[in-house]
Parts: sequence; C-alpha cells; structure tokens
Amino acid sequence: MNVFQEPTRRTLFEKIWDQHIVMPRPTGPSLLYIDRHIIHEGSFHAFKDLRAGGLSIRNPKQVFGVADHYVPTTSRDPNDAVTQEIKEVILKFDDNMKWSGAHYFSINDPQQGIVHVVGPEQGISLPGSIITCSDSHTSTHGAMGAMAFGVGQSESMHIMATQTLWQTKPLQMRIELTGKPAAGVGGKDIILAVIAKLGVAGAVGYAIEYAGSALQWLTLDERLTICNMTIEAGARSGLIAADDVVFNYLYGRKFAPQGAAWDQALQAWRQLPSDDGCHFDQTLSIDVTQLAPMLTWGTSPDTGVAIDGVIPDPSCLADPHARQAALAALTYMDLAPGTVLNTIKIDRVFIGSCTNSRLSDLRMAANILRGRRAVVPGTVVAGSMLIKQAAEAEGLDKIFIEAGLEWREPGCSMCVGINGDLALANERIASTSNRNFVGRQGPGVRTHLVSPAMAAAAAVTGHFTDVRTLMGQQ
Amino acid sequence: MQAFTHLQALAAPLEGRNVDTDQIIPARFLKKNRDAFYKNYLFHDLRFDEHGELRTEFILNRPLFSGAQILVADENFGCGSSREGAVYCLADYGVRAILAPSFGDIFFNNCLKNGLLPIRLDAKSLDAVRQALLNATDANPTTREISIDLAACTVLAPGLSSPQTFAMDPFWHECLLKGVDELALTLSYATEIAHFEQQHRSSHPWLIA
Repeated sequence: MNVFQEPTRRTLFEKIWDQHIVMPRPTGPSLLYIDRHIIHEGSFHAFKDLRAGGLSIRNPKQVFGVADHYVPTTSRDPNDAVTQEIKEVILKFDDNMKWSGAHYFSINDPQQGIVHVVGPEQGISLPGSIITCSDSHTSTHGAMGAMAFGVGQSESMHIMATQTLWQTKPLQMRIELTGKPAAGVGGKDIILAVIAKLGVAGAVGYAIEYAGSALQWLTLDERLTICNMTIEAGARSGLIAADDVVFNYLYGRKFAPQGAAWDQALQAWRQLPSDDGCHFDQTLSIDVTQLAPMLTWGTSPDTGVAIDGVIPDPSCLADPHARQAALAALTYMDLAPGTVLNTIKIDRVFIGSCTNSRLSDLRMAANILRGRRAVVPGTVVAGSMLIKQAAEAEGLDKIFIEAGLEWREPGCSMCVGINGDLALANERIASTSNRNFVGRQGPGVRTHLVSPAMAAAAAVTGHFTDVRTLMGQQ
Repeated sequence: MQAFTHLQALAAPLEGRNVDTDQIIPARFLKKNRDAFYKNYLFHDLRFDEHGELRTEFILNRPLFSGAQILVADENFGCGSSREGAVYCLADYGVRAILAPSFGDIFFNNCLKNGLLPIRLDAKSLDAVRQALLNATDANPTTREISIDLAACTVLAPGLSSPQTFAMDPFWHECLLKGVDELALTLSYATEIAHFEQQHRSSHPWLIA
C-alpha cells in the first residue's frame, strides 16, 4: 500500500466510525468505543446480568439513565403507576441507577423526559460522538450529527461493562431532500414519505445520511423527527451533518462542552460533514415541494399516503405476499379500498412520543386547536419537563385543555403503552407516534401515524382532515 | 450461552413479511422477569385469544408444528423495537434457529447474544421450504425437520434439493460454535480499550470527563 495515498473521501458516518475503532478487523465486527450510553427502566435485564457477573459500570460519567417508558403521565409519583408491577419496575430502576453511579433523570427530576428528547436537550448528544441506547429510536440523535443506534439488553450490559461494542459497519445511503415543503407539511410528512418509498425493509443494513437544500427549511425538531423514524425503514442510523443550527442549539447546554473546550469541539465538528465526491452505496432523491400532509393506512409504517388520496386497492399489487399483507392490514384496520381518506372517522388522538413531542410539535398542534374544540378524547404528552414548562409559559397547555384534551406529564405514554396508557379496543387513533403495528397502542387498536398538525385537525373535525384547510381560519 | 454446533429438529413455517417484535412479544409482557412463564409470551396475541384460549389456526398451535425448534420466516423478521424479550421468549419456547431472507437489525444482534442462530437464505428457497413444510402432513415428524450444521454453515431442509450454504460472519460463527459471548473477549482487551480511551480523551476531551 502506498503510504502517501491521498486520504480517501469519507462520509460523515465513516469519519465518526474511524475515530472510534478500538480494535479494527478486516472483516466482520470492529470493536467501537461508545461515547454516550443511555438507558431506561427496561434495563433491569442488563443490570441483573451485570450485577450477577460481579461487574460494574466502567465509565459512569458516560452512562445516563432516564425514566420514561414505565412512568405514569398522570403525576410524578411512582405510586400512581397503573399496576404494582409497573411501579416495581420504576423503583427497580431507581435502585439500579443508585448502584450504577451514573447520572439519573428520575421521574421526579425537573429535567426528566423521553430519552431521545433529553439527550439533545441536555447536550448529552454531541456531533461526532457515538451514542447508544437500549431503544430502537436511538437513531433520533443522528440529527445532532452523531452516529446513534439502538441496542438490546445484552449489548447494553456489554457497553456498561466495557464502554465498547462489537459492530459491523453498515452500508451507506444518501437521501437528498430537495425543494421547500408547503405550509402544513413538515418533518413527519417527509419521513413518512421516505419510508413509504423505501419500504420497512428498504434500508436494512444501511446508515442513512440526509442532505440537500430542503434541510434549510426544517427546524432541528423536524430533523430529529426524520432521524427518529429512519429506523422504521430498517436502517441502523439516520444522520444529518451538524451545522450552525445544531451548534447554536447546543451552546450552553448542561452536558455540552464549555469555554475553550467548546471552541476546540466546534473546530472538530466542522470537519465532520461528508467529503465532496465520497462514495454512497445507494442514493435517493425526494422533492419535498410535491408532498402533502401524510397519514398511514396500514399496520406498518411504510403505508403512508397523502391526505388528498384514497385507501389503496391491494388487488393492484402484483406481488402475492404484498397483496396478502395489505389485505390483512385492511381487515385489521377495518378499512375498505377506495375510501376517501378525509372521510375516515377517528375515536381518539395522541400527541406525544420521541417522534413528535418537542416544543415546535406542540406549537403546531396548538395553532390548529386554538379557539376550537376537539370532538374526540385525546392526550397531549410533552417530551420533557423543560418542554412542558416552556409550553406552559406560552399558554399552550391552556389551548389544549380548553380544546378538551388532557395535558400530561412527560413519558413514552401511549406510543408504546408499557406504562398502561392505552387506547380502548377497536378505537381508531390519530397518533403522532412512530409505529402502527397490530396491537401497539392496545389490543385491537387501529393506529394512523400523522404529524401533530394533522392529529389536531383530526381532533377538531372527528375525521382525518387536510390540515391546510384549517390553517389561518381561527 | 448454549453452544450451537449441529441441530436436526422440527421446523415451523411462519408466513408474513415484517413480523415485528411487538407481535413476537407484546409490550405489556416486557415488565416481566424472565422466569418459567416467559415462553408463554411468545407470539402471545397470535397464539391465544382474548380469553386465553389457544388459537388453533396459529402455526405453533397445530399439532404438526407445536414445539418447533426452528422457524422458517419471511423478509425482515423481528423488525421494530429493540426489545430483547423477543429473543428471550423465542429461546425459552425452545427455538434455536430462525431462517429468513432478512432480519430486523437489532433483533439479529440480539439473537447472536443468546445462542439463537439467525440464518439468512434467499427468499425463493425459503418460500419453497415453507411450502414443503406445509405440505408435509405425514405422521412421521422427520418429514418436517431441518438439519443445520453450523461448522459447515449448511442447511438441509424439505423443499431444497441439496444442502444450502449460508454466510455467517467468522466472529459470531466462532462465538456461537463455542457457546461463548463476546464479553469475556472484550474484557481481555482491557489494555487496548484503556489505551484508546487515553488517545480519545486527548483528541476529544469534551467527550470523556
């Protein structure tokens, strides 16, 4: 090999990868250094193995615990957990976190929230870092210019014990987002369109970097939403190169570098964007100008369609497997092909989750709900205590409450329902969460994934509605 | 971790692409400790109705396939949530290997950590295997068995005319064959990790306190 070879042109992902290799291997997994590991209450399996093995947390300052999955959203008291069993999981986490010596955002912490909201908000998620969390939506943190991916309990235990993980390098995909989204169309609609295009297995084995002129029109919250749901196309990670939007956001946050360290970090972060002409294994381009507000009709996140359309007809599908799956999904969803989307009635709305619970998401929903009444029950769950506080300072809570919706304490809530926040059997729900799987929000519950604005529009009309028809009319 | 060398066992065909981990284990069971009941959570809402009665039509409830140790699935098996409970309940039910054209990324890794062998084979071959298994209604259960040789990375199954080889990363291949998880190996690299950490701290001081 010629040692004077020009440095190869690398992607953002590859640069971060290369900076974290502890033990390189020509094939198969390399041992990578993990900068930040975040855990939640579901970590009791990992702690059990760790403690039984006589091990401890190697670097407690690089591990963060956040109580979000099992916590009640009705109060900040574990005694209000729906069942004794759920309460015990929360208390177990308290005990394990105390033992760990790591920083803990407990249910009572004024900075508690959903893991993927807290990470960026506290400056834990930094550009160029590798972030793991025992949750599949860890891809969210990629919007900070980081390499972030979800892990299981065994991997979580391995990271806590060694601060490293064996990982096989994924292929590289670049998705160029061009154009400018229309009013009423945002990050959620864009990612639903991306997943619809790729399919739920379309990015298995890949890390996806988003780039292109459309990014300038998207807020950081919207970028986080896009990276968050990247996992729903099967990808390991979603990334967006950090820019001044990210740097300005991070500046002064609790765990972000300060003073001279900030200047040094900033200089390093500016070197991270993908090199011109670097190689991607697959590329895709989407003009977001053409997009309308989206909703999903089926039981997988790749069934997003524009609100101005109809329920697709499975008999048009050539592939018998796909046809069968679509028919099964329509049966579960109790929908008929050809149904005009904006005539489908809903029973409930849920506005929250690591996908759409940030301040701009709440503002978007509140803008539609202001001066109107929801005609179905619904719940609004802020992504963190800080977001809840900021929303209340703007009076958003009053708008939700006056519209007839519940305003709850932060947590994963009805996205995954582990804490007992579930919809009722056979209800149809407009949900700002990330998964519409069979039974996800309760047995028999029919989930349609939408943006916060579309959820609000459905709440006030009682059926799916193109939010653009309600904008600026109050 | 149990070593995986060779297995000849009953296989069940599982229809449907994108079987997500919410189907493998519904979220409400994730708070449970892994005890003797954990195997009952596997495919819970597909195996049992709302009264707790067996759904006789579900493949693992059919006498010919009940207790299968090998599953033959379709694309993107185990997609969705990172919940390792999905692998725990499969393993506790007795499943030792899953054949699919592709797997959910985190699920695949979770399998490797629990001695459960995820085998990728092409979709067409697996379509044929599932069909052959469904057609094998003979009383003799060996007609529904699949044979896996991990050392040679070969699979012999109904519907395949000859043994098929599958690709397996040498690192995980060795871990599974020996029944060792990678933690002991990583801990043996303590010096290398400490050395890397020192360098990383000097180049990225803002990342390591």
